Amino acid sequence: MADAATREPRPAHEPRPAHERRRSVGRSEVGWPGVGRPGVVWALPGALFFVFFAVAPMVLVGALAFTDWDGIGTPSWTGMSNWSRLWDDPETHQAIWLSLVLTVLTWVFQTPLALLLGVWAAGRQRNRAVLSAIFFLPLLGSSVALALVWKSLLDPNFGLIADIGPALGFADGDLLGSSKGAFGAVLFVTAWQFIPLHTLIYQGGARAIPRSLYDAAAIDGAGTVRQFFSITLPQLRNTIVTSSVIMVVGALTFFDTVLILTKGGPGTDTTIVPYLMYRNGFQAFDLGYASAVATILVVVATTVSLLLVRLTGFAAMRSTREGM
Amino acid sequence: MTDVLPGHPNRSPNHPPDGVRTPNKTPAAPGPRFRRRGPARRPRLVGRGSRTPNYPAGLGSLIWLGIVGLPLYVLVAATFQTRDGYIDDGPLALPDHPTLANYRRVLRSDFLSYLLNTALVTAVCAAIVITLSVTVGYTVVRARGRASRRIFQIFLLGLAIPSQAVVIPVYLVITKLHLYDTLLAVILPTAAFSLPVSVLILVGTMRDIDEELYESMALDGASPTRVLLQLVVPLSRSGISTVGVMSALHAWNGFLFPLLLTQSKSNRLLTLGLYDYVGEFRVDTPALLTAVVLSILPIFLVYLFARRQLINGLMGMGGK
Repeated sequence: MADAATREPRPAHEPRPAHERRRSVGRSEVGWPGVGRPGVVWALPGALFFVFFAVAPMVLVGALAFTDWDGIGTPSWTGMSNWSRLWDDPETHQAIWLSLVLTVLTWVFQTPLALLLGVWAAGRQRNRAVLSAIFFLPLLGSSVALALVWKSLLDPNFGLIADIGPALGFADGDLLGSSKGAFGAVLFVTAWQFIPLHTLIYQGGARAIPRSLYDAAAIDGAGTVRQFFSITLPQLRNTIVTSSVIMVVGALTFFDTVLILTKGGPGTDTTIVPYLMYRNGFQAFDLGYASAVATILVVVATTVSLLLVRLTGFAAMRSTREGM
Repeated sequence: MTDVLPGHPNRSPNHPPDGVRTPNKTPAAPGPRFRRRGPARRPRLVGRGSRTPNYPAGLGSLIWLGIVGLPLYVLVAATFQTRDGYIDDGPLALPDHPTLANYRRVLRSDFLSYLLNTALVTAVCAAIVITLSVTVGYTVVRARGRASRRIFQIFLLGLAIPSQAVVIPVYLVITKLHLYDTLLAVILPTAAFSLPVSVLILVGTMRDIDEELYESMALDGASPTRVLLQLVVPLSRSGISTVGVMSALHAWNGFLFPLLLTQSKSNRLLTLGLYDYVGEFRVDTPALLTAVVLSILPIFLVYLFARRQLINGLMGMGGK
């Protein structure tokens, strides 16, 4: 995909992106070709390791979806039976639906907050450094640790929710016991945990925007809001893609939090796809069916991120500042 | 896909016309000349350039600070509470009689063995990730030909592979390798899933090394190994430490692979240990939260020293 883009003739005024410039310099050293350059062999250990433990399993999960396997013996081929079962299983349908809703809500909930916080934190306020250091703290804990903290805060008997639950409409404080409350809790806790990461990503992106653009806009009389929409947002295009890919793939795979906070309950009201896979695979030891569920995850996650990456040319690693 | 197209209003008016290169010392293009009258006036700056604080945004961030900070306060305060004190006074209360009994209790359980296992896994993971991503990054930036670009694309696509979705085949591979219930079973896949981000970060860092440096080393007849060790590694030290810190954080906090690929208590890692404490400590929330604090503490200490590396790495993910 990068090749097609780089072969297009470029107008003369436009500086070439870094990787292309470097390549042409490389070609000019005709006298000592390849001296001091590594061969592809150098990348093979890393590439093979990655292919073996990540890419090959991704292909393998699709194959396992056509087998019956209890986790101990050898998988036996069963054709489409997992898939026809999946097609008829209302629990799976519900899980897919819940996963999609959770993903969309996660994006809608986290992106604006992280974007605004990140752009604000990129400024030069005096209290900024302290505040963003504290924002950062949730990133240090594991999902397990943070979910345990929230689990105890949301405990209907001893937790904070016993005091503030009535104000939120949960008179008995049993937030996690109600369908909507449990779903909302998963949404909120994951946002609490991951917004700091995205804030940081946006902060980095916003820092990279040249000041001169803002100065020029200020001279032209553009206000804060106008500057935000005309400079900050377009300049953060690649950052928004990166953050969205991480967010969407992350939301499709929330697992630790659900396992600890709700165990997929009440009933199956927070059983999202990864949890359904875990329950079928590692609790019911039906790994063939669980593979079929996991295949859906792989397909959806890679499709979404490929789409986002393609639509914006991110894979070519083109700089947002190109052409300035 | 450029942002500032020719003729676009965002383009500076001083920019030379399209396709024309401005020689270094030509007089300014003919046109209206502005004469300064009186002292130069500073344009009123707003937004990122402004000197006056943005009050609504500051207020919003303070609210968010409360949302982030309150649970952290409860977490730390509870660890000094007795179990009865926590139940009677509620999570928001400051402990009347601060006690270290919770810490003693957790440290006397298997906590230290979990900690040791986790430290081992973390260190080995970081070492594997650094070694492999440095060589891959070096090759992607410096090797010629299609193959190295294909390899980079594999890693870019790999960014999107969720580990949850492939854990079943990983389980199959690990059992076939007879590694099930060993620490290596956790180390290998965890390291593999840290690689794509690490390669991305290192390619970004290594691209910024000056071409002339490579050329002068090539003139001296340096081998790729020497170039890597004497030029690339020293100059991308910041990227390498970022990668090290991030892969360590990833390994330290990993949960799914330890949960599914190990079994015996002697191979248990911290996150899994925490999960077990839920059953063990039952309603003793302060003890449970103490274990949580103790599990975050080592990472927090590292964070105090490696804060800049970590933050730069995370910020750099979107900036490139």
